[in-house]
Amino acid sequence: MKKTFKLSMVMLLALTVVLAGCGNKKSESNSNAGTEGGKSEVKIGMVTDVGGVNDKSFNQSAWEGLQQMKAEKGVAVEYLQSTKADDYNTNLNKFVKGKYALTWGIGMSLADAVGSVAKQNKDAKLAIIDAEVDQPNVKSVTFAEHEGSFLVGVVAGKMTKTNKIGFVGGVKLPVIERFAAGFAAGVKAVNPNAVVTNNFTGAFDKPDLGKTAAATLYNDGADIIFQAAGGTGTGVFNEALGRAKSGQKVWVIGVDKDQSIEFPDVTLTSMVKRVDEAVKRVSQEVIDGTFKGGHETLTLKDNGVGIADTSSKTVPADVLKIVDEYKEKIISGEIKVPEK
Amino acid sequence: MSKLYKIFTGSIVIPLVAIVFGLIVGAIIMLVGGYDPLLAYQSLFEQVFGNLYDFGETLREITPLILTGLAVAFAFRAGLFNIGGEGQFIVGMTAATFVGVKVTGLPSIIHAPLALIAGALCGGLWAAIAGYLKAKRGVNEVITTIMLNWTALYLGNYIVNAFMLPEGMDHSEEIQSTASISIPSLVNFFNDARMHWGMLLAVLASVFFYYFMWKSKQGYELRAVGHNPNAADYAGMNVGRNVVKAMFISGIFAGLAGAVQVLGVFHYQSIMSGSPGIGFDGIAVALIGMNHPFGILLGGSLFGILTYGSAGMSFGAGVPPELIRIVIGSIIFFIAAQGIVRWVLKPLYSKRKKEKVL
Amino acid sequence: MSAATPVLELKGITKRFPGIVANDSISLKLNKGEIHALLGENGAGKSTLMNIVFGLYQPDEGSIEMNGQPVLIDNPNKAIDLGIGMVHQHFKLVEPFTVTENIILGMEPRKGLNLDYKTAAAKIKALSEQYGLKVNPNAKIHDISVGMQQRVEILKTLYRGADILIFDEPTAVLTPQEISELMEIMRRLVNEGKSIILITHKLKEIMQISNVVTIIRRGKVIDTVKTFESSPQELAEKMVGRNVTFKVEKKPAEPKENVLTIDNISAKSKDGVPVLNGLSLNLRAGEILGVAGVDGNGQSELIEAITGLRKVDSGTIKILDKDITNQPPRKVIESGVSHIPEDRHKHGLVLDFSMKENLVLETYYKEPYNKKGFLNYDAIGKQASRLIEQFDVRTPSMDTLARSLSGGNQQKAIIAREIDKNPDLLIAAQPTRGLDVGAIEFVQRQLIAQRDQGKAVLLISFELDEIMNVSDRIVVIYEGKIVGEVYPESTNDQELGLMMAGSTAGGKAHE
Repeated sequence: MKKTFKLSMVMLLALTVVLAGCGNKKSESNSNAGTEGGKSEVKIGMVTDVGGVNDKSFNQSAWEGLQQMKAEKGVAVEYLQSTKADDYNTNLNKFVKGKYALTWGIGMSLADAVGSVAKQNKDAKLAIIDAEVDQPNVKSVTFAEHEGSFLVGVVAGKMTKTNKIGFVGGVKLPVIERFAAGFAAGVKAVNPNAVVTNNFTGAFDKPDLGKTAAATLYNDGADIIFQAAGGTGTGVFNEALGRAKSGQKVWVIGVDKDQSIEFPDVTLTSMVKRVDEAVKRVSQEVIDGTFKGGHETLTLKDNGVGIADTSSKTVPADVLKIVDEYKEKIISGEIKVPEK
Repeated sequence: MSKLYKIFTGSIVIPLVAIVFGLIVGAIIMLVGGYDPLLAYQSLFEQVFGNLYDFGETLREITPLILTGLAVAFAFRAGLFNIGGEGQFIVGMTAATFVGVKVTGLPSIIHAPLALIAGALCGGLWAAIAGYLKAKRGVNEVITTIMLNWTALYLGNYIVNAFMLPEGMDHSEEIQSTASISIPSLVNFFNDARMHWGMLLAVLASVFFYYFMWKSKQGYELRAVGHNPNAADYAGMNVGRNVVKAMFISGIFAGLAGAVQVLGVFHYQSIMSGSPGIGFDGIAVALIGMNHPFGILLGGSLFGILTYGSAGMSFGAGVPPELIRIVIGSIIFFIAAQGIVRWVLKPLYSKRKKEKVL
Repeated sequence: MSAATPVLELKGITKRFPGIVANDSISLKLNKGEIHALLGENGAGKSTLMNIVFGLYQPDEGSIEMNGQPVLIDNPNKAIDLGIGMVHQHFKLVEPFTVTENIILGMEPRKGLNLDYKTAAAKIKALSEQYGLKVNPNAKIHDISVGMQQRVEILKTLYRGADILIFDEPTAVLTPQEISELMEIMRRLVNEGKSIILITHKLKEIMQISNVVTIIRRGKVIDTVKTFESSPQELAEKMVGRNVTFKVEKKPAEPKENVLTIDNISAKSKDGVPVLNGLSLNLRAGEILGVAGVDGNGQSELIEAITGLRKVDSGTIKILDKDITNQPPRKVIESGVSHIPEDRHKHGLVLDFSMKENLVLETYYKEPYNKKGFLNYDAIGKQASRLIEQFDVRTPSMDTLARSLSGGNQQKAIIAREIDKNPDLLIAAQPTRGLDVGAIEFVQRQLIAQRDQGKAVLLISFELDEIMNVSDRIVVIYEGKIVGEVYPESTNDQELGLMMAGSTAGGKAHE
């Protein structure tokens, strides 16, 4: 009995090796799809921060942009996930040394890594989202988050019934402070009586913290929460969903992407940051040969930020009209949105 | 304890077989997931040994793992389970960053060692807190070191935030160039891989570990306390003092790991939202290395190669990096569950035995 | 021997391990209602044989028959099915569980999906009464005494329907009272029709209880004799293979100056229970003072107080003229105290250290073993080989782990280490516990030799024979104080026994 089992164990191991040999041919084609599939010789790589490519936020958005590039222009695209800060340099170098036409670093955590890799490889082209890297061969793309946040602030200010509004942020970084400041200014502009309470959870990857923060705010009487907290924000949505199920009417304002697609019942609107557009645009420049280093901030005017197109489902037309008015004023420079 | 002890020590055969089994389990899972294991392992190998840059970066990956592995093993030899490598690592980082950033006007030959020593000592003192609580109050070191991990994480963030954070950044100022332990000539040679003196330190630390533990009087005491505190007490050794000492030295290794990461790799310290994990990886490295310093050199290398090579696996064969963690997990599983390995090896052994008798 | 078919018969059992033949064609017959003792020194092959009977090992040659039918016992469950039960030397009990839970573990009776605890408890109670075991089925294991725990082990085998019970060194862990109670239980078991194999190396017990003795030496049966036709002398000689003297030869003592002076010390346990109650004693150079007493009357605490492992609340302890009260252990050791501890595994040795490392356990920090912080393994090795040779410690090498030596050789190593320090005071706590006849002789000779060299020897033992044979003077300890003092020439077991039970009537009151 025991012997039979042992024998079958050995057989299983042997089988594995044989199977492995067979598998070799079969999977060759799909495993290399990313690098060999395209007609064009142009290869574009992207390195995520520790959030990973499925973060439902800017990493995912950037990858979607690249995938569109692949579909539309036939360029080869590939991504590498970073599991810890040590990986940024090596992952970037993997693309740079692999002679990729353009290498993206997604997120401000990669700023130093992009900078040092750019410095060491002067003929390589790199680009970064959400941070400014001062190297001639790096294109830095940032967004005027405060302007977009102002608009969702207007929505929140108009639609709150309790005059209490919450903001849940991730780590208290300047970029997140821009969200908070723009949002508060937007609320104030249309509803001076409303109070905005800020809660910085200190993390972008802790849904449990987001959930607690949201619970505190809702318990306090807030009926709308704007989240700018990456993965932590999922917790905000979950809390809202739980309350919506038990009949409480609460809203969440999404961030980066149109989050109503994922959380349709509780998403009031979303402050979208067109990372995908930015990625596509700069990638196109590389294809066209017009790529140049430097810094670019995408604003309302550039359509780099804004409110989600699907907002009309939940936000009344008159409110959206006011939003449009404020949008014009910001674009024209009549209103200057504070960044702090 | 004796069971745990058995898991941690044993012959070299067990880890080797466990590694092979781990790789096979990984291969099976890859097959199930529709990936090609041979291509994956080939990519892993190429990622590590394919070119100078990657080889240098692999060494960089291995270095802190060896040091945190030594930290866990050192405490274990003295009968203590130091789960706090993580916290000691962070404290070591923070202290090294602080000295690296704030102290100015020193020549490199003094500044860099000073920052290293600060990191090592603070890591040691951090661990000694747990040792002291164990010696004086009998508080289980597993609990205290885990709690101190969190304390260290937030303390580190606080210090960076309060004293060293430039406007608008998520990490501290860069350390002074005099505090850097990078080796420019080697960085050049390895095509910009982040080479630093810490690599040499890790090897020296293993040698120190060996001589201290098995050749010195104090190491003798630590081992006696670790194996049998009652007998150590009976023989006139001060058990409490040895517990504190063991934790202190253990923490020095982990603190040094943090210091070399800052001074040799990053040159700054980030605001961390979670533990970096290198301290915990040290537990696995100590296990694979059977708690022997030279075993840990090999265990750390294996762990580092697998971790660094996992990027190659995902690049070359599309295998997600999580899978390499399964391989590492399987290796540890087979080392811990030695019974399985022995059982499979048994036919070989019993055959040999029979021959001897006949 | 009875003409009836034996319930268990071993025929020519041979078992080889790499390098040794543990059992060499051993044959043995166990008759119904008989207590068959298996006598042999440590390592003679008794345990291997019983493990074969219990299905843990397979014999290389030979066969086992039960009631005349050949049987194949290839695992312990099979042995249990055949009605063989084993009471192990080290109990296999789950401490936080109750007696009943432990007994039914692995064969839990069920009522539907539920555990039928009540029926099981009732059955256990009935069994317990039938054999006079007096076990409370609902008590938790950690609340009952070692003797009671052993009875739980016995009940476990009975509950599983054992007709043949194997007892592996059952008295090693018991107090004298518990031993006599166990004897009673064993008699009752055979009266009720059970058969018993008793593994032991204690001659006294064999003489008291067994019907037949089989003596094993180095894996071979030396002889099988009826107990009443034999004598302890004969059995001992067959066991060790040479002449054995039970009475230790010694000259009269020539006591000199006071070495150990304990004056009125008191101490409490962690829970605040007084464990030493104003204990006083003195011990002179060239004298062996035996401390007699029932286990748990403060013997361990007395040793701990002297050696610095326990703080006393009041009183003083002096070595020669030096006050060592509440000094740390190393100070005490350096004041000339050596100590052969009661529990050699817990205190005496670091089992995972090599022999040579163990032999310098208290002197490693001194020259020449310690040279500027580093151990001088040459010097340590020299010392170790000298002691190993001088004290005849049988070890494959001085690099062998202490764990792998037999109990007797471990004890020899400790004695070598302690005596070699040339102490003024030698404390020997239960120095012959668990040792076989040959080793006991060796240890006792060493103690006397130390006395003859003018050392003071403090002997603590639960074995009255040892106290009577070795001591020059005897004090009796009871509830943390000395309740009497006698001389071995002028006392007897009975008088000592009374004093140990707390009566001071027998001997002259102390002081």
